Amino acid sequence: MTPYSTSKAALSILALGMGLGLAMGSVPAKAANMDATIGMQLEPPNLDPTGGAAAAIDEVVYANVFEGLTRFGADGSILPALAESWDISDDGLTYTFSLREGVKFHDGTDFDAEDVKFSLDRARADDSTNAQKALFADISDVEVVDPSTAKVTLSKPNGAFLFNMAWGDAVIVAPESAAENAANPIGTGPFTFAEWAKGDRVDLSRNPDYWGEAVKLDKVTFKFISDPTAAFAAMMAGDIDAFPNFPAPENLPQFEADPRFSVIVGSTEGETILAMNNKQPPLDNIKVREAISHAIDRQAIIDGAMFGYGTPIGTHFAPHNPAYVDLTGQSAHDPEKARALLAEAGVSDLTLSLKLPPPSYARRGGEIIAAQLRDAGIDTEITNVEWAQWIEDVFKGKNFDLTIVSHTEPMDIGIYGRDDYYFQYGDPEFKAIMADLDKATEPAARTELMQAAQRKIADDYVNGYLFQLARTGVADAKLKGIWPNSPTQANDMTAVYWED
Amino acid sequence: MTAYLLRRLVSLSLSLVAASLVVFLIMEVVPGDPASFMMGINADPSAVAALRTRLGLDEPLPWRYLGWVWGMVQGDFGISYTYRVPVSELVAERIAISLPLTLYALALSTLIAFPAGIIAAARRNSAADLSVMGATQLGVAIPNFWFAMMLVLVFAINLRWFSAGGFPGWDEGFWQAMKALTLPAIALALPQASILARVMRSSLIDTLDEDFMRTARAKGLTRRQALWSHAVRNALIPVLTIIGLQFSFLLAGGIIIENVFYLPGLGRLVFQAITQRDLIVVRSVVILLVFAVIVVTFLVDLAYAAADPRLRRRRS
Amino acid sequence: MTMANAPEGGGVRAALGHPAFIAGFVLSFFFVLLALVSFLWTPFDPTRLDIPQKLQPPSLEHWFGTDHFGRDMFSMIMVGARVSIAVAFVAVGVGMAIGVPLGLHAAAHRGSLIDEVVMRGNDLVFAFPSLLLAIMITAVFGPGAINAIIAIGIFNIPVFARLARGAALSLWTRDYILAARVAGKGKARISVEHILPNIANLLIVQGTIQFSLAILAEAALAYVGLGAQPPLPSWGRMLADAQTLISLAPHMALFPGFAIIITVLGLNLMGDGLRDLFDPKLRRGRT
Repeated sequence: MTPYSTSKAALSILALGMGLGLAMGSVPAKAANMDATIGMQLEPPNLDPTGGAAAAIDEVVYANVFEGLTRFGADGSILPALAESWDISDDGLTYTFSLREGVKFHDGTDFDAEDVKFSLDRARADDSTNAQKALFADISDVEVVDPSTAKVTLSKPNGAFLFNMAWGDAVIVAPESAAENAANPIGTGPFTFAEWAKGDRVDLSRNPDYWGEAVKLDKVTFKFISDPTAAFAAMMAGDIDAFPNFPAPENLPQFEADPRFSVIVGSTEGETILAMNNKQPPLDNIKVREAISHAIDRQAIIDGAMFGYGTPIGTHFAPHNPAYVDLTGQSAHDPEKARALLAEAGVSDLTLSLKLPPPSYARRGGEIIAAQLRDAGIDTEITNVEWAQWIEDVFKGKNFDLTIVSHTEPMDIGIYGRDDYYFQYGDPEFKAIMADLDKATEPAARTELMQAAQRKIADDYVNGYLFQLARTGVADAKLKGIWPNSPTQANDMTAVYWED
Repeated sequence: MTAYLLRRLVSLSLSLVAASLVVFLIMEVVPGDPASFMMGINADPSAVAALRTRLGLDEPLPWRYLGWVWGMVQGDFGISYTYRVPVSELVAERIAISLPLTLYALALSTLIAFPAGIIAAARRNSAADLSVMGATQLGVAIPNFWFAMMLVLVFAINLRWFSAGGFPGWDEGFWQAMKALTLPAIALALPQASILARVMRSSLIDTLDEDFMRTARAKGLTRRQALWSHAVRNALIPVLTIIGLQFSFLLAGGIIIENVFYLPGLGRLVFQAITQRDLIVVRSVVILLVFAVIVVTFLVDLAYAAADPRLRRRRS
Repeated sequence: MTMANAPEGGGVRAALGHPAFIAGFVLSFFFVLLALVSFLWTPFDPTRLDIPQKLQPPSLEHWFGTDHFGRDMFSMIMVGARVSIAVAFVAVGVGMAIGVPLGLHAAAHRGSLIDEVVMRGNDLVFAFPSLLLAIMITAVFGPGAINAIIAIGIFNIPVFARLARGAALSLWTRDYILAARVAGKGKARISVEHILPNIANLLIVQGTIQFSLAILAEAALAYVGLGAQPPLPSWGRMLADAQTLISLAPHMALFPGFAIIITVLGLNLMGDGLRDLFDPKLRRGRT
């Protein structure tokens, strides 16, 4: 809580400074440095984080335009946002949030507990189109105690509730403006939406009435450049000040060699896996899955597909998490062993389908994996698919043998407990571990259970675990305060500033 | 002639109706549900179902087709699933790039093709003719996206005269916008200019061989006078046809070039809409493009009929 | 343009005397040869990855350098020739096989309902933005060489239908056709026995041109990811792979581009040459 107890003092000093700056009038040279243009590869389809899954929505509006009760910090910790503090009842069922006072939405309406009730009820309603409706599944009631107090009652204890409320899908919106947020987002954040030139950019301007610490930039422009060559050229030409998620790792050495730029390499929550259809013969045979896992050379994939950026993983867990266990040795690259295991399983002349969604980790990684599997005597038939088709065919239809995908949601090992999940694992023993984890509150016990879960899926060779996706960004060397990691899909611009 | 034009008009309108059915049905059988795509892989099935209802995807097929067509007749092209704004608004934004780009490319290609074609025809089999013909052979053989990549490599990455892609918007000033469209327009114009130059040349040669040219020469006009006063004008008919066809081709055919240069134009809009299963955008924009082709085709027919009296008789 | 006539006597000798035709033939045959040789031999396995050797510039070992996975570009171009030529050839073949009978039939029954349907169908296909329709078709069937053939083939049908119809129509008024009709031959038989042989030259010339266009179309489809799927190399996809690496490894974009240009150029020159050879009037104009 320390940064927040001092924030009021900092705020008044800053406000004083701002006032002076305004009184002196803006010096042109200075004014130029109050803007930042941020490159993004994908354009958001709309700007409503509560009505769609596209990561690009959050990458523009999260923490900048919209805020939730809680929020993610740069290190992935959960910080207070619109809720100043909270009390949790002893049974873990009731959360009483004390809300910040004097907060206004960008359209001038006041933020209060009614808005909290509206937002949470809207997200969990029957006709809700919230992409992460599961985040709200445990809420049984939201009650307005007084304008600055909201009480949320859960149907069962949920250790991750405050974490869930930090997601972009759980931001607080106002009943007056919620329906229009797709095209004209109205939040409580430090930036207000200014303009969206479709196909090109979104402009945000500083919110002069922001409740918290004032941001240092007057204007932020998110510019959408999907083509890596164009992104490279735009960075080099100075058209863009930062590209926090630079699409072509192969160009990073050129930026590193140039003193005008700083290369920011961090980690994401993206476990990149070679997912296997666990119910599809012969992949229902653990020996075959083990053979595939041994056929894979992770380092070659990281070098070849990601130009060296990425951390090998041996299970579905982020290496930067304190509870991570390094299990890469258990599925070390060993084509001979892979052949032996296949023979043991009585499988020969194996041809598997490999469906690859658009990201380059999948398309490039897939070509490399196909070559590696061929060395171990397994043929693959590659099909490149678009996301829409991947969701239909692979995710919903389960019509695949192998696919490559990065699971970018934080702490998502729980998907292995779902029966109907696309790789079709749903092992009862694993589910029992997850059920215990839900109940456990002691940190030591939780760590132990999380490690048991990691070991269980590694022992069962559910999927081929490849690498943790790196976040490779490029920025003007003078632009500071960009998140190196991405604990959630966001470009938090609130702390970004130009160094003199 | 009126009868002929009327018949053309009717058959072209029938094409439009047929096209609307084809587009509607193709996008209907494309695998992939727009709602699931928008909601992502962690979506709750009930949320996806709610979105399907909201998008009107639950209604029966013929009903949706008729609703779509009826809307278009009234000028309502529907609301984009992903952008959640009216399709007409999206089209208006995108056409502000695609149309100038097309005109720019056409202007460039005409500017190159006319002199080249005329010189080649006037001095048949000369060195000039041979080099023009050689250059056009090369021009039609170069894939325009490859040419675009080379332009980026040379002029954007190495020389840094132009940016490698993107469009600053018309409010950044006319010249800035035109600058951003220059490399794409060159990439688009090259093969078109080659085709046009060839058509210009052969059409001129054909007219030069015709009887009325001999008459003109016999009347005492010099070769050059005959060329300019008679031949060029008469040779313009097939050239005009090609330009008309190129216009409609470029309007939608810039899709790959728009991708290379990351220009938010019409082609790119449809391409993205296909991958995002934004069915309504794909359908409405493709129909608009087909409509544009049909209008241009009809105008070319009109021009033909008006320019060539012999044709009027022959056709009807 | 006048109707094509059969080549005059000594066609081969005439061909040998036509430099553009010879150049075109040599260029395009070179790639056909490369494609054929690739079945027996390539310098390297075009699918073998050698990641430490990635992005090597051209050298004695790797004539065209290596790509981002360390694969040998020359071997990939050889095998890629196979894919490009096969897809284009089959697509044009499909277009001809469907389009020509349609056109002949329409001409034989001029003004009939079938004629009308064929011509309106042509209008319809011509009115569609071709690449967009091809992309939509591959979105339905999924990417792959076969579906690229379908998508390209569809656009070849109306080309050949229109050509065959137009050429056949003018033949139907000829005396010898009238004679055949008087002799009691059926329309279908006349179309096959008398009309088809007489428009064959025209079809071959157009076929060569369409072949070159199909190679460009295949490259474009593969470039947007809708052609043959990896690990089978294809020129268009090699260019797509090269795009992000163009500042690091320009050779990755140059060589596949040259391969496409030379093949298409060769076919076009050959097509023009054939037209000259088949059409004495134009040849007179040329030489």
